[in-house]
Amino acid sequence: MANSEQRRRERLDRGIKVRADGVYALMSWRELAYLTVPRLVLILGMLILPLVMPGMYWQRVITIVCIYALLALSFDFLAHYLGLVCLGGAFFVGVGGYIAAILNTSLGLPPVVTIPVATLIGAVICTLLLLPCLPLRGVYFAIVTLMYPLVLARIIEALDIFGGTDGVIGVDSFANRWVEQYAVIALVLLFLFGIRRLVNLDIGLVFRAVMDNDQAVRASGMNISFYKAIAVFIASALGCLGGACLVHIYMWAGISLFALDFSILPIAATVIGGAGTLVGPVLGCIILVPISELLREFGTLRIVFYSLILVGFVVFRSEGIMVYGERKYHQFQKWVKV
Amino acid sequence: MSEQPILEVQDVSKAFGGITALNRVSLHVNAGEILGVIGPNGSGKTTLINCITGFIKMSSGRVMFRGKDISWKKAHKIADMGVTRTFQIMRPYYSLPAYKNLVIPLFSPRAKRTGGWRGGGKLGDRNTVSIDILEEIGFERDSFVPYKMASTLPTGYLKRLELARCLALKPDIIMCDEVFSGLSMSEIASMVPLIERLQMDGITLIMIEHRLRELFQVANRVMVLNFGVKLVEGTAEEVMANEKVKEAYFGSQEVEEVMTYA
Repeated sequence: MANSEQRRRERLDRGIKVRADGVYALMSWRELAYLTVPRLVLILGMLILPLVMPGMYWQRVITIVCIYALLALSFDFLAHYLGLVCLGGAFFVGVGGYIAAILNTSLGLPPVVTIPVATLIGAVICTLLLLPCLPLRGVYFAIVTLMYPLVLARIIEALDIFGGTDGVIGVDSFANRWVEQYAVIALVLLFLFGIRRLVNLDIGLVFRAVMDNDQAVRASGMNISFYKAIAVFIASALGCLGGACLVHIYMWAGISLFALDFSILPIAATVIGGAGTLVGPVLGCIILVPISELLREFGTLRIVFYSLILVGFVVFRSEGIMVYGERKYHQFQKWVKV
Repeated sequence: MSEQPILEVQDVSKAFGGITALNRVSLHVNAGEILGVIGPNGSGKTTLINCITGFIKMSSGRVMFRGKDISWKKAHKIADMGVTRTFQIMRPYYSLPAYKNLVIPLFSPRAKRTGGWRGGGKLGDRNTVSIDILEEIGFERDSFVPYKMASTLPTGYLKRLELARCLALKPDIIMCDEVFSGLSMSEIASMVPLIERLQMDGITLIMIEHRLRELFQVANRVMVLNFGVKLVEGTAEEVMANEKVKEAYFGSQEVEEVMTYA
């Protein structure tokens, strides 16, 4: 580039935003479409996805994508709106999953009851167990939360409770596979838009303030532990919901619910999709989980290709797909002479 | 002025390991008064504020606010009672626009109680209230400034934002940790009337300052700390005439200036 000194890239915001992020002045149908089309594409895309899948196998993959998407949402919310990097995805899944399985097998409750109950009870249990760790920050919180699923899995194994290593067998499945698919898809969409709304409410601003500067929040007369606990409750509810759905999909709850996949894959999805965008992690799951399935053909080399794809994303698009996409969508870009 | 001081600090000491940052410091502030706290670097001024507001636990001593012991209360409880503080190193929420910064204190239990947030509906939500507060403190209402990200604001506005965060709580006491430092002369000149107005509104202020001249314009009384020990307390003239203070500030050009000025 011989003339690179004389030219620079100029980025201009499209003109329909007024003043702050998220405040728009709509003047025409075109501008209305500008705002709604991306959202509609996502919603309709998710709804159509099960219909276009070639077979039952791939439909099941979409269901698993949705479970991971719930976990990724939970991770993204905690990490980028509260500043707690939580590696306890597997912990949430395990607690929610075991509660749903036990409610279903010993009390005979149907999935319609067990899933919400397991979500709430599981979230309460997870929040209570994480309560002592809430003053921790950064890598310390990450290490402690990583420990939880490992410890619980070992306790179940050693004490031989909840079926021990065999797990809880004979859990009811959903009514049929369409109910199963659309239930999890609806849940993902509901919580995706719900959390997007939440983080822009006043209480969401408090969460973001805790991440930015917890001392200033204390100086404003607010108990940061209380707000952290609320946020952890929301995040663990998402995880427990995922776990509860998962046991009804697999019709089985076992120690593998505490597997680290549930902690790590959501993080990879968040990195690929775009940290802090909430939509990004969902997209990340839609990309990563099927890739991991496709790579099964390579046998043991699967993890190598998987890692290469991940590294590629991190090196070449470290900001994440969604951040990149939003920038391209919201801004004109042109070369101007300096 | 009421008989009983609004804030009374009795024999507060704080030791960090072997270092005694504060050694049996006592002070009292009457309601509506401005107390200046001065002292050389490292004399324990900020530690004093930290101890009073509960951000660090004092080793011994007692802090009484309106006759109630607040020594061992948590920081957010103390702020909730109306003893607020600013930070020397400004602590805005950088990822939020300036006006959204004030939504957080307006969300606090105290603001809900004291009516810092007037309660939605026709009176406006927290956003409009925070724009009102920002205008009061010197952000131009019809400009883009209140809507800019806190990370892009210059120091002068950030210092005001610190004060605004306290004001949103409708406080009884504001402890200002060097609100004048890092500001240009013109910015300080516009800040002084603001401080005077806060006093007229009935807010008690404790001001830590290195800008002695501006502090002496507004402060009713001044207290000097050195190596964690209270040297002297009194009016500006009394304090500056004191031998011990001259010794502590020995060689400081500003003191000489201020003394000739006084």
